[in-house]
Amino acid sequence: MLSLLGNRLLQLLPTVFFVSVIIFLLQQLLPGDPATVMAGEENDPEVIAQIRKQYRLDQPLPVQYVYWIGGVLKGDLGESMRLKASVTDLVLQKLPVTMQLAFMAIIIALVIGVTAGIISAVKRDSFWDYAVNVISLWGISTPNFWLGIMMILFFSVYLGWLPASGYVSPFEDFWGSIRTTIMPAFVLGNSIAGILMRHTRAAMLQALESDYVRTARAKGLMEKTVVIKHAMRNALTPIITLGALEFGTLLSGAVLTEQIFTIPGFGKLIVDAVFNRDYAVVQGVVLVTATTYILLNLLADIGYILVNPRLRA
Amino acid sequence: MMSAAPLSAIIADAASESVIESPLARAWRRLQRRKGAMLALVLLLIIVILAVFAPYLSLHDPIKQGWSSVRKPPSALHWFGTDEVGRDLFARIIYGARASLSAGVISVTIALFLGVPLGILAGYRGGWIDALISRFTDAMLACPFLILAIAMAAFLGPSLTNAMIAIGITATPLFIRLTRGQVISVKVEDYVEAARAVGNPPARIAFRHILPNIMPQLLVQATLTIATAIIAEAALSFLGLGQQPPQPSWGSMLNSAQRFLSNAPWMAVFPGIAIFITVLSFNLLGDGLRDALDPRAK
Repeated sequence: MLSLLGNRLLQLLPTVFFVSVIIFLLQQLLPGDPATVMAGEENDPEVIAQIRKQYRLDQPLPVQYVYWIGGVLKGDLGESMRLKASVTDLVLQKLPVTMQLAFMAIIIALVIGVTAGIISAVKRDSFWDYAVNVISLWGISTPNFWLGIMMILFFSVYLGWLPASGYVSPFEDFWGSIRTTIMPAFVLGNSIAGILMRHTRAAMLQALESDYVRTARAKGLMEKTVVIKHAMRNALTPIITLGALEFGTLLSGAVLTEQIFTIPGFGKLIVDAVFNRDYAVVQGVVLVTATTYILLNLLADIGYILVNPRLRA
Repeated sequence: MMSAAPLSAIIADAASESVIESPLARAWRRLQRRKGAMLALVLLLIIVILAVFAPYLSLHDPIKQGWSSVRKPPSALHWFGTDEVGRDLFARIIYGARASLSAGVISVTIALFLGVPLGILAGYRGGWIDALISRFTDAMLACPFLILAIAMAAFLGPSLTNAMIAIGITATPLFIRLTRGQVISVKVEDYVEAARAVGNPPARIAFRHILPNIMPQLLVQATLTIATAIIAEAALSFLGLGQQPPQPSWGSMLNSAQRFLSNAPWMAVFPGIAIFITVLSFNLLGDGLRDALDPRAK
């Protein structure tokens, strides 16, 4: 198992290297001289020269990369030009908010997606199967930001049950925090639930047709026991990996959801940075999300190994 | 025991089917059996007609502001109501379909043009080229789709063209990975070996013999990716990084609708339904094509 993990870690290194190269090269997409663009309305040649020196834009690209990645490895993601603060600090400050949303969203997605997927497979070709199919398509095809707006319209404007925007930390007021985050978390979880339903259904159908399930039935076990103890346990293993893979979708969704519900998280940080041409923040956020995604995939692999006895040998 | 007559009938049926029916006709026959896919085709046809003939189908100019008709609810004159500066929402939605459809199709075309040759190169050549392209693909896929598209669009500058480029580049690794996998499984087939044995150069083998055989999978992925690209374009326009005002786009319409949610909810309802129906149609069509083009299906 250790060698398997070691191999996985070794395979990750080139991926992480390429991620850093892609993110570094994003800056090269700026039309014209990056220093002039970064200076914004400030056309003072001295300011431009200062930026060029500060970001080592006068050096060849590989040298610029080495300086940049050297800083990143020491935890320095650069400085926000607008907020005059360290990007690392900004990211660390916003990350817990998005993580809370992501955590709630994944729970909502798992509860809805896995339950519906199991029901759909067990009641194959019934009304319930078709209903789950329709709900899954709805989840996949609905743009998060529109669903968010519609939920605000219904639950905040018409019913007045939930606040339309804002964020309360769970450490300050737990129920207040739930009230402010339940709608955005549902919006985020909705599309992932749709994907999970499909995968759970497919995995369950495969498991229900397998030999071990047939044996369990032949032994005379109750259908409930066959489904829960035999089929579900095996079918849900790949869902661990899928959950980690969908984390990227979750973070992508968070960008717009946080914008709509005015939640001061990671997504709002990148959008504000985009509007203010705060490129170091944009690069920092993309780097942190990509690295988090890669690490979660590694964790999913470890989880997969732990629950699958055949891989532990 | 099976009688001789039905058996010969089955053989005759199978023979006539295999002789007469082309792969395209077979796929079309199978697709017709999928109600969802056929519904999607009809919906997409309607959306395309609305987008193409928008100038003839709308009574109103999508850009013209009317201060006497600000935020009017749906009526016989304005079917979907009007927005905060009195523009007709139906006109803006059918003109907006042009931006959404072209963004979906063009960005996926960009992704296909970049991704397929790279995937063929990686899958066919193998070795260090494959390792390099594959690691690059992994790295691109590690960056969440929309976040990378937003970052790229931000660096390129806000415009519909740049949004399409950003979405296209971001979707490229999906096609590299798919093409590579398909090429690896197809390149060991006998007909590829035969093409190689008669002295065809690698590029000819790749594009004349391998590519046509992986087209079905690419078509399915392209259809499903158009759906993702339409949502991504709407998201970028929602953030102000796509179609620029006053030109209509579903995403930017939703953005302005947010400010008038309590007194003009129709401003948010109709553009969202338009995105939903279009994306749903592409998803249904993609699912239908996947089944219709599956060689294991009957």
